[in-house]
Amino acid sequence: MANSIDRLMGASYDWFNARAPGATEWYNRHVGKYYAPKNFNFWYYFGSLAMVLFANQILTGIWLTMHFKPDAALAFDSVEYIRRDVDWGWLLQSMHAVGASLFFIVIYLHMFRAMLYGSYRKPRELVWVLGMVMLLALMGEAFFGYVLPWGQMSYWGAQVITSIFGAIPIIGDSLVELIRGDYLVADATLNRFFALHVIALPLVLAGLIYLHLMALHEVGSNNPDGIEIKKQKDASGKPLDGIPFHPYYTVKDLFGTAFFLLIAAFIIFFAPTFGGWFLEHDNFIAADPMVTPLLIKPVWYFTPYYAMLRAVPAMFGSQFPGVAVMGGAVLILFLLPWIDRSPVKSMRYRSSFSKLMLTLFVLCFFWLGYCGTQHPTDLLTLSARICTAFYFGFFIFMPWWSRWGATKPEPERVTFDH
Amino acid sequence: MADHGVNHGRRRFLTATTAVVGGVGGVFAAVPFVKSWQPSAAAKTSGAPVIADISKLEPGQRLVARWRGQPVWIIRRTPDLLAGLATLSDRLVDPNSTVNPEQQPSYAVNAQRAIKPEIAVIVGICTHLGCAPTFVPEMLPQEFDGDWKGGFFCPCHGSRFDMAGRVYKDMPAPRNLKVPPYHFIDDNTIEIGVDQMAEVA
Repeated sequence: MANSIDRLMGASYDWFNARAPGATEWYNRHVGKYYAPKNFNFWYYFGSLAMVLFANQILTGIWLTMHFKPDAALAFDSVEYIRRDVDWGWLLQSMHAVGASLFFIVIYLHMFRAMLYGSYRKPRELVWVLGMVMLLALMGEAFFGYVLPWGQMSYWGAQVITSIFGAIPIIGDSLVELIRGDYLVADATLNRFFALHVIALPLVLAGLIYLHLMALHEVGSNNPDGIEIKKQKDASGKPLDGIPFHPYYTVKDLFGTAFFLLIAAFIIFFAPTFGGWFLEHDNFIAADPMVTPLLIKPVWYFTPYYAMLRAVPAMFGSQFPGVAVMGGAVLILFLLPWIDRSPVKSMRYRSSFSKLMLTLFVLCFFWLGYCGTQHPTDLLTLSARICTAFYFGFFIFMPWWSRWGATKPEPERVTFDH
Repeated sequence: MADHGVNHGRRRFLTATTAVVGGVGGVFAAVPFVKSWQPSAAAKTSGAPVIADISKLEPGQRLVARWRGQPVWIIRRTPDLLAGLATLSDRLVDPNSTVNPEQQPSYAVNAQRAIKPEIAVIVGICTHLGCAPTFVPEMLPQEFDGDWKGGFFCPCHGSRFDMAGRVYKDMPAPRNLKVPPYHFIDDNTIEIGVDQMAEVA
């Protein structure tokens, strides 16, 4: 009996393999025989967690569109309807909204990992650049999504963000009209943001995720020691410090995913608004074009950039400088692979000065994030200006400071002691 | 590809011209997609003028009218507030409304930016990024300004404007608030969206 099932399975596998375009080769190249360094640590969970969150957003998102109405007169009520009247709608809505914030936590940590171990450096520049394009797409996706419930923060957030394009000299005003589809944020805006949120950007993101992984597998993964495992191979050509992605890292990532889902479930069940951080209180009030909420701020993941926007005063009768600073703060990250000139990749072997700079950078980012959630007082504005200057200084002077100080010698083989 | 007798120059020319023509076609094909994003005919026709009755507006009060979907403030300024306006010139970007003439009709280029000094008519949209600034009419020290003469404070990015919608120096907002075209039908009725001139003409 077992024998005939085996034979049937074998025959089906052969039949499929003879017709499918390189399915087995594809599997081996990217999973079964993809040799990843054996010393991955905690920081290497976040790539797979981002994939888990992407799947969660797609799945819950499709289900939300079954009940949501992309119409300025109906949108707010339809979200409340999902939360109150649709069976299990509260869960789907919470998973989607909390998932968005968790997505940014995971992505920011994923990016920090790259800065910690120099993962963006040669030969992984393209992996980083594709990742940065994904960050831009994700920011757009998150912004469009936040507009859809049509609460006060949705409306005024959309008003502020679309106005940002009005600051671009000459074409600004007509560009804003083109984006809004009306002379102000209105039904036409909501309707097109819905289209972009549910189909255009998710398609782009899916394509970019694929390219990001393909580019990574072409050059191989970095590791906490920042050394190339491909330099030390055994007789059969396998890296001495490499282990196949499956089963070693599929199992590790499943463990990380289970732990992560535990935290996610806790938030979804007990604190879905996370004290106003994931879903702002003002967004439970329907949009009112006549009244701006007393404190308008984006969701936490945009507040560092928002603080930079606010910190820059108008110059030459234009708000463009602030807008340029905010945009530049994201775009400057693209340059990292080329401005980091340290002789070693990993923070483990870099100079104390480099470690200090990275620490200050992280503190600045957090402080800017805090400033962006508060009323702008003189003291906060001053500190935001200092942090903005440091943020840009960090990148602009990186080609010089990244070479300062004594580095420690890199090991021949990865550090692995268990 | 067979290489004998190939005129490479002609092949390059044909490839290039085909690519250019195809590219032009691609650009034209994009027109309907881009143009469909512009305000629709329905959105364009919804910009009709509105009439506001100010007979019940007490001194120091503000009324918000809705014109083209935007908030338009009508404020009856007290003599104290009007006196306060005159003291601010050196703290403002454009005290005489001369730097940005497009921000008000010509009949509002004066010290009060108004047809009648006590009645201010201002589009309540911050010139920074489009929020609706908060009405702070009390001439008392504020958290954001110890010497406040009454005016507007934008909650989004902290821009401050005086009671005539003139922006203070060193603010994120670059220009004074807009004064819409308007005229008085009678002492207590304002029509917003139409100039006096247009009616005469």
